[in-house]
Amino acid sequence: MAEVLPDGWEAVIGMEVHVQLATRSKMFCACPADYLAAAPNSNVCEVCLGLPGVLPVVNRRAVELGVRTALALGCEVARFTRFDRKNYFYPDLPKGYQISQYELPIGRGGRLGVGAGVVRITRVHLEEDTGKLLHAGDDLQTARESLVDLNRAGVPLMEIVSEPDIHSADGAREYAEALRELLRAIGASEADMEKGQLRAEANVSVRRRGEQRLGVKTELKNINSFRFLQRAVESEIRRQVAVLESGGRVVQETRGWSESLQCTVPQRTKEYADDYRYFPEPDLPPLELDAAWVEQLRAGLPELPADRRRRLRECYGLSEFDAAQLSDPARAALFEAAVAAGASARAVANWIVQSDARLPPQHLAELVDLVERGVINREQGMQVLSEASTHGLSPAEVVRRRGLGQVSDAGALARLVDEVLAENPRAVADYRAGKQQALGALLGELRKRSGGRANMQMARDVMLDRLG
Amino acid sequence: MRRSSRSTILGIVVSHHGLEGYGLTLSREQVRHVAMLARLGLEAGEEEFYADQLSGILGHIDRLRELDTEAVAPTAQAVPLEHRMREDEPRPCLDRERVMANAPEARDGFFVVKAIQEAEP
Repeated sequence: MAEVLPDGWEAVIGMEVHVQLATRSKMFCACPADYLAAAPNSNVCEVCLGLPGVLPVVNRRAVELGVRTALALGCEVARFTRFDRKNYFYPDLPKGYQISQYELPIGRGGRLGVGAGVVRITRVHLEEDTGKLLHAGDDLQTARESLVDLNRAGVPLMEIVSEPDIHSADGAREYAEALRELLRAIGASEADMEKGQLRAEANVSVRRRGEQRLGVKTELKNINSFRFLQRAVESEIRRQVAVLESGGRVVQETRGWSESLQCTVPQRTKEYADDYRYFPEPDLPPLELDAAWVEQLRAGLPELPADRRRRLRECYGLSEFDAAQLSDPARAALFEAAVAAGASARAVANWIVQSDARLPPQHLAELVDLVERGVINREQGMQVLSEASTHGLSPAEVVRRRGLGQVSDAGALARLVDEVLAENPRAVADYRAGKQQALGALLGELRKRSGGRANMQMARDVMLDRLG
Repeated sequence: MRRSSRSTILGIVVSHHGLEGYGLTLSREQVRHVAMLARLGLEAGEEEFYADQLSGILGHIDRLRELDTEAVAPTAQAVPLEHRMREDEPRPCLDRERVMANAPEARDGFFVVKAIQEAEP
C-alpha cells in the first residue's frame, strides 16, 4: 500500500504492545493459561476471582520469559523489581485492580532493529490479562447487560513500550512484525495477533516538519491484524493533518479502527480511568533478580532474527531480501545444511525463498546441483521437487524414474531448431525483419516440441546462430 | 450509602497518590471523586459525613510524620523480603458450581453484570 504523508508534515508514533506469555499456568495462580477452548469461567480459582483472603504467587516461567524478552531487546534488566496495583473498577478484573509494574519494571532502555532503522524501547513490564466481556443485545449502545468470562483474567501479560521513534504507518507495522518475529524466536509468546496474543496500540501525533514540540496524540486500540494496524495509523495520520490544516485541534482520545468505515472512530473509555492510583502490591514480595540467573538466561538465548540475517548476508553473500526470507529458524537451518552438503548458497536460497522448497538438506542440495549442471531445467526442477517431497525420493531418483533429464546434446538440439524454423517460415521472416518477439515465439514452440526438456540456453544459441 | 463499605472508601483515599494534595481536610468534591472511582453511590448528607470522618482518619495517620524516617528505607512490605515464585504447573480449578455460587446473577456459565458501555479491549 502506497503511503502518502501529506507535504510538510511529520508523523510521530510510539507503540505499546501487549503480549501473552507462553506459559502453561496463569501469572499469579495455577489455573491453566490456555483459555481459548475453555468453557466460560472454567479456568478460574479463588485468586483470579479476587476472593478475599487469598495471596498471589508469581509464576517463575513468566518472569523468565520477561527477562528473556528484556535481554533480547537489549534492555537493562532490573536487579530489583516489584509489582504495583493499578486500581480501577471494571468487571473485567474482579479484584478492583490489575497487578502490573509501574515504577520498577523488569526491563528498561532497549532497542529493536526495524527495517534499516532502530526503534528505542522504553520499558518492558509484566502484568496480568483481564477477563472478557460479552455485551448482550444488538450493539454496545443498546446492550442492557454484559456477560463476564474470567478465564483470561490473570493470564501472564507483558507490555513493551517504545519511544516515539516511528514516523510512518509502514514503520508501525514493521515494528510490530519485527517484535513478533523476535518474541517467537525466543519462545516468549506465540504472538498471534488474530488470537489476541499480541495486541498493538499506536500513539499517533503529527507536527509540521521542523517543529520540535510534539503534537497532541491519539491512542489507537482494538486492532487485531498487522494490516489493520497499518491502515489505522495511515488513516489517523491523514485525519489529524486534515483537522489541523482546516484550523481545528486534535483531541487527546482513544480511537479504534473500523474496517467497515475504513477510518478510525472515537471509543468510549473507562470513565476517569487515568486515575489509577498505583501503589506497591503489598501481597507480593519484590523480586531480586539474581545476576547469575540473568546471565544464564542471556546465555540461553537463541540466535536472534536480526543477528541471523546479518550472518546470512555476511557469511553467504545473500541479499537483504533473501536473508530476511530465511530468518525463520527452520528455513535457516535447512539453508545452512544444504549449503554444507555442497550446494551453491545463492541457488539454495533461491529454491527455498521462491519455491518454498522443503526437502531433506541432502536432497535439496542434489536438486540444486541437477539444475545448476543443466541436467534438468528449472521447470523440471519444480516437478522433481514436488515429486521428491511427496514420495520421499531423492531428486536424482525422480529424474531417473521419470526419464527426465534435459536435452543438452548439440546435435539433437540443432535438429529440433531446424524443424521449428522450417515449420514457421512466417515467424522466421518476422524475426529477420526486426521483430524480436518472433524469437520468443519460436523458442516457445521449440520448448513445447521437446516436452519441456530442451536446455533452453543452448537452444537459444543454436537458433540465433541459424537465424544469422 | 448504597453498595458500599467504609473500608473500601478509606482504602481508596489512603491509597491515593499525592495524598498530601488532599490535605487533612477532605472537601465534598474529593469525597465525590473517590466515591466515583470506587463506583459507590452516596446519598444526601453522606458527602459531609464522610468528609469529616475520612479527614479524621487522615489526620490520625498523619501523626506518622512526627517520626524521623530519614534513615529508614521505603518498603511496601511489613515482612522480611522474600523472593517467592512458583513453578509453571497448572492445577485443577474450582468447580463452576462453586465459582457461580455467590454470583448475584449468572447465565450459561457467565457472570451477568449491568451493561458496560465500552468495547472489549
